[in-house]
Order: sequence, then structure tokens, then C-alpha cells
Amino acid sequence: MLKKTVLNAAHRALNARMVDFGGWDMPVNYGSQIEEHHAVRNDCGMFDVSHMCPVDLLGADCRPFLARLVANDVAKLTTPGKALYAAMLNDAGGVIDDLIIYFLTDTRFRLVVNAGTAEKDLAWMQAKAAEWQMDVRITQRRDGDRALGIIAVQGPNARAKVWQVLPQAKAAIADLKPFFAAEVDQYFIASTGYTGEDGYEIMLPADEAEALWNQLKAAGVAPCGLGARDTLRLEAGMNLYGQDMDETVSPLDAGLAWTVAMKDERAFVGRAALAAQGQQKQFLGLILLDKGVLRGHQKVVTAQGDGEITSGSFSPTLQQSIALARLPMGVQIGDEVQVDIRGKLLKAKVTKPVFARHGKAVQ
Amino acid sequence: MSNVPSNLKYAASHEWVLTNADGTVTIGITDHAQEALGDLVFVELPEVGAHYGKDKEIAVVESVKAAADVYAPIAGTVTEVNQAAADAPESVNQDAYAAWLFKLKPDNMADVDALLDAAGYQAVADAA
Repeated sequence: MLKKTVLNAAHRALNARMVDFGGWDMPVNYGSQIEEHHAVRNDCGMFDVSHMCPVDLLGADCRPFLARLVANDVAKLTTPGKALYAAMLNDAGGVIDDLIIYFLTDTRFRLVVNAGTAEKDLAWMQAKAAEWQMDVRITQRRDGDRALGIIAVQGPNARAKVWQVLPQAKAAIADLKPFFAAEVDQYFIASTGYTGEDGYEIMLPADEAEALWNQLKAAGVAPCGLGARDTLRLEAGMNLYGQDMDETVSPLDAGLAWTVAMKDERAFVGRAALAAQGQQKQFLGLILLDKGVLRGHQKVVTAQGDGEITSGSFSPTLQQSIALARLPMGVQIGDEVQVDIRGKLLKAKVTKPVFARHGKAVQ
Repeated sequence: MSNVPSNLKYAASHEWVLTNADGTVTIGITDHAQEALGDLVFVELPEVGAHYGKDKEIAVVESVKAAADVYAPIAGTVTEVNQAAADAPESVNQDAYAAWLFKLKPDNMADVDALLDAAGYQAVADAA
């Protein structure tokens, strides 16, 4: 039996094509994935991401707990509302999950973790809190009486559309810089996202999510499925857990070195392993020069040895196929490499791992 | 509800087959298939003159979401390919029965009769 978000009936009413997404019955598109993609780059689209799991941390030890739990440093969070992207590692330095941490007060933080990893993450966090004897209460907010729905509204016109629908929240959220959150009544509104565009991610009581979804729809916000979400995040060069990294991959080999704070002596889980291993692979972009479509797991042949595509698709913005890939050290941006697609070696160019943001191609 | 024209024959692997007067057959993917794949962005066609056995991978259609093999519904030799479909893959989404992919000269014309009719394919599509 597939799990359903609180917006399931709304998706079906819009004739969404529904798919089994890691055990969740989710919309992959509402007609055309490419049109939904362009709506977000050029105007405004919305995504149901209620399958993702908010996790509230309460207690005196939130900061010391998070300082040990994740590879990024919560000491960077000095302003209430500020968010931080971080990887939670195992002892071997592999990525258990990537998550966003919102700092609310010194005794209250909210995390958002991936749908498919939520149970594993919660068990890991509970075990670590007990092991370290920390005063931190860890509560999931996806299921049960206090469940939250999450709607991501993204695109150059996203802010204006949200202000129109939630005028009472405008004063609190209009000037949110990127990667901040504000709480307004029952709404938790963050200027975060997974598309490379401006916008908000709105958490609210699950039983109010459908009304907000319908109001946004009436305001002209395009419903967008997980298909467009994937091509948007790929163009923006944002990692997808389970494809670009997992428990066997170091964040240093997944393009996440910028999220690993090694400056001081902070002892976080996985630190010793990262220090011992160092970086072994480069995480870079590819643009296919021949005709075809790059896909995950295709082999990349370079002068320095073989690499592998971790995520690939067709880029609606570039009108070419693009990919994120783990490549041998020594490969340079600008190099021409070959990708094995069904036994044929096709030409591709190595790029920075970002292709389009804020409505425009950056390659 | 997808469109399943009654004048065509079908393979359970979601290809349609039209018998031509010149003894060739025209083959494409069904409306149900294009709808399931979503926006197509790449079509790889076979070489004219190449021979394929029944159920062999003969072409590839890729959407933003996934790659799918197209199988030869019957054994035969490729006589013509529709380059226009490869140049504009979205034309398959717009009309899967107009945007054919390739033509075959069947090894045995009787193989066409053994394919599914519209009702038979509709049942396959409904079960998918």
C-alpha cells in the first residue's frame, strides 16, 4: 500500500500522472514535465513535498547535539530563522542523509530530511542523543496528529504569488534573504528550495494544505510534479540523495566539500574517516555534445580513467543533455570525455556542476 | 484514456503496426506509451537495411524521465526511417500514430496477423 500525502486527492483532481516514488504515491507531472519546468524558471510553479519529513528538536542541548551530528557547523547559525544545508555522516564518512537545519531559538531547531531516509534518520538521531546523553527531544512532524504539509512555491514570481495568497504573512516574509525562515501563526515559511529559483517552502498543518494549494492554483501558480523537480534541481547542480550520494559515498566525493566544516577541532561523526580518506573523486558536470540522453550509472571514459554519471537527463533550459558525474582526479573543466551509452561512446564536455539558475543557462 | 485506432495491429510491448499496400509495415509507439513516458526528447532509429528478429531492440525513445526500448513486433528488414521524428521527438507526444518511427519489410507477412488487435491491446494498456 503506497503512502499518500495530504494533497493526494488534489493531485488526482488535476489529472496528475501518479507514480510510486519510494513508497509514496506522488505526481510525476500534470501533463508536461517540460512545461512545468519552464513555468518554474520563467514564472511560478508549486510542488507537493509533504513526503519529506520535518523533525523538531527541542531541548538545552540542541546546539552541541547538532555540532556532533552533522558535517556542517551549526555555529554558523547566529540569526534566528537562518537555515543551513548539511550532511549527516556515518562513522565511515558516508552520507546517511542530506538535510536542512533551521535555527529558531537555542532550544528549538527544525530539520527537514528526505522522505525515503526519514525512519533511518530518526533512529540514528535518537540513538546518538541517547549515546551522547544530550537533552534533546526529537519529534517527527510528517505523520500523526501534528503532521505538517509542505508546499514549495518556486520561480521568479513565487514571492509575489505567496504574498497575494497569504497577505497576513507578507510583512514577515517579504524581505527574507535566501535560506531563512519565518514563523507566522501556523505557517513556517522558508526562503529555501530545490530548483535554483527564488521562492518559498511553506510548512503548515496538514489539514490546511489542500486549501492553500487550491488558493495558489487559483492565483495562477502552476502545479509541478516530481519530474520537473528533478530536472530543475539537476540544472541547478543540487545533489539528490540516493543518486549523487549515499552511505557509501563521502561528501568530499559528492561535491559537498563546501558543507563540511573542518576548520576547528569540532568532533563530528565521520570526521576522522574524511580526514583519513581525503578527496578521491571530483564531482563535476557534463554536457553531451552528441545526440542522446545522459543517465545515471553510465560510464564516463576520460584520459585519467573511468568515472560514472550519478544523475543525468535532458535540460529543458539548455536544450541539451546534462549530467552530474563522479570523475577521476585530474580531469579538468573544459575537457572532452566520452560517455558509454548503450555501447556507443558519445562525446561530452566537462563543466562546473551547475547548468541553470534564476531563469538562465549558466554554461 | 489513450487512443487505440482500430485499423492498426499492436504488440504488447506498446508498438503499433500499419500494413502498407507495398508489402511493408509502418511501426511506431502507441499513444499509451508516449503518455506513460512523458515529454520525449530523443529518438534513436535503426539503420536502413538492417534485419531484426521478432522482439529484438530496434529503436530507443527517451523522455526527460526515462529511456525505453522499442522492439521489433515482427521479424523483418528496415526499409525506411522517419528522420522527422528523430529531429522533433515531441511530435511523437503530439500524435503517436502520425509520428511513425520506421518501416519494415516483414520476413513473413502472416506474422502481422498474429499481433494484437485494438481490443486486445486496450486490455494490455488498461492492465499496465
